[in-house]
Amino acid sequence: MMWKKLFNWLDERLGLTTIYNVVLDRKVPKVNWFFTLGSASLFLFVMQGVTGILLTVYYVPTPDHAYDSIQYIMNDVTFGWLIRGIHHWGATLMVLVVFLHMLRTFYFAAYKYPREITWLTGVILLLSTLGMGFTGYLLPWNQRSYWATTVGTEIPGTVPFIGQFITNVLRGGPDLSALTLSRFFSVHIWVLPAVIVGTIGIHLYLIIRIGISHIPDKDD
Amino acid sequence: MSKSPNMNRREFVTLVTTAIGSIMTAIVGIPAIGYVLSPALKAKKTDAWIPLGKLENYPVNQPTLFTFTRAKTNGWEKTVNSFGVFVVRKSDTEIEILSNVCTHLSCRVNWNTQKQEYICPCHDGHFNIDGKVDSGPPPRPLDQYEYKIEDGNLFIHLKES
Repeated sequence: MMWKKLFNWLDERLGLTTIYNVVLDRKVPKVNWFFTLGSASLFLFVMQGVTGILLTVYYVPTPDHAYDSIQYIMNDVTFGWLIRGIHHWGATLMVLVVFLHMLRTFYFAAYKYPREITWLTGVILLLSTLGMGFTGYLLPWNQRSYWATTVGTEIPGTVPFIGQFITNVLRGGPDLSALTLSRFFSVHIWVLPAVIVGTIGIHLYLIIRIGISHIPDKDD
Repeated sequence: MSKSPNMNRREFVTLVTTAIGSIMTAIVGIPAIGYVLSPALKAKKTDAWIPLGKLENYPVNQPTLFTFTRAKTNGWEKTVNSFGVFVVRKSDTEIEILSNVCTHLSCRVNWNTQKQEYICPCHDGHFNIDGKVDSGPPPRPLDQYEYKIEDGNLFIHLKES
């Protein structure tokens, strides 16, 4: 009774029932399990956000402490191995799931009118996810991440005329250094998450506004 | 639809979703609490005897400051902490070892020879030669260290929780 009164008071002011009806009770066509890949991507993003925030409690993005701080997380912090493990494997899984989500949209022709903008925001989200993978890979500052980023930042160097400039912008100078680590960290925890959260907002708004497409049949 | 005594589809889906969601939240949430609290719970205790040199080096009835440092590892970094104690020799056998940490808010006190008091520069706390509070905000006397004398050498017992 008490809860019911409290809920009604809040509902009248916040429109909770309306949100519920519009977001969760909307009409959807008969679909299959492939249509859960978008929700799975969102879930993984939230999971990466939560575990990522927890990792910043101990991780330090400087060449003299990055590696040691991760050793500390893995060996000394209670459940540190679990939090980092989820972030590590969740990253790989997220790239996979987001990619499969794109394939489903493509093969079921769900990118066509009136959903072109949903597709375009999806392109931004896919590229941002890959960017998260690329920037996150350097942060452990071990041999593998060091050389992977050496190669990864060298590749744009082959662009005619402005190649070296692009490499220098990515690295923060001609060398892979403390500047590279701190700017990758900044992009990894501030820039790309902000881009992804904003773009997910548009992406979800459009899904709620337009609804999801049905599975194409012979008439389509 | 007639009311069945059994659970309907919607109720079942709601229950399963809630249950799985709760389990997944718990799998991350409960370890996350331990993860954040970890360094506070795992802090190592210090328990050591610190040598302060020959007892005869300390003058009688004049508080003498002895300082030393102790290093320990916090996370991935070595932290060096400084300690200061006042050795007060009352007579050949009677000694008091006072911590120089003010009992108010942990500033370090100094011995003032003119006033014959320990004075804390932060909030003007005054202690007498035995560490008793003369005036100011400190709630209790200066902490004393346990000590022992072996072959004329003075040692104090450093305990930190």
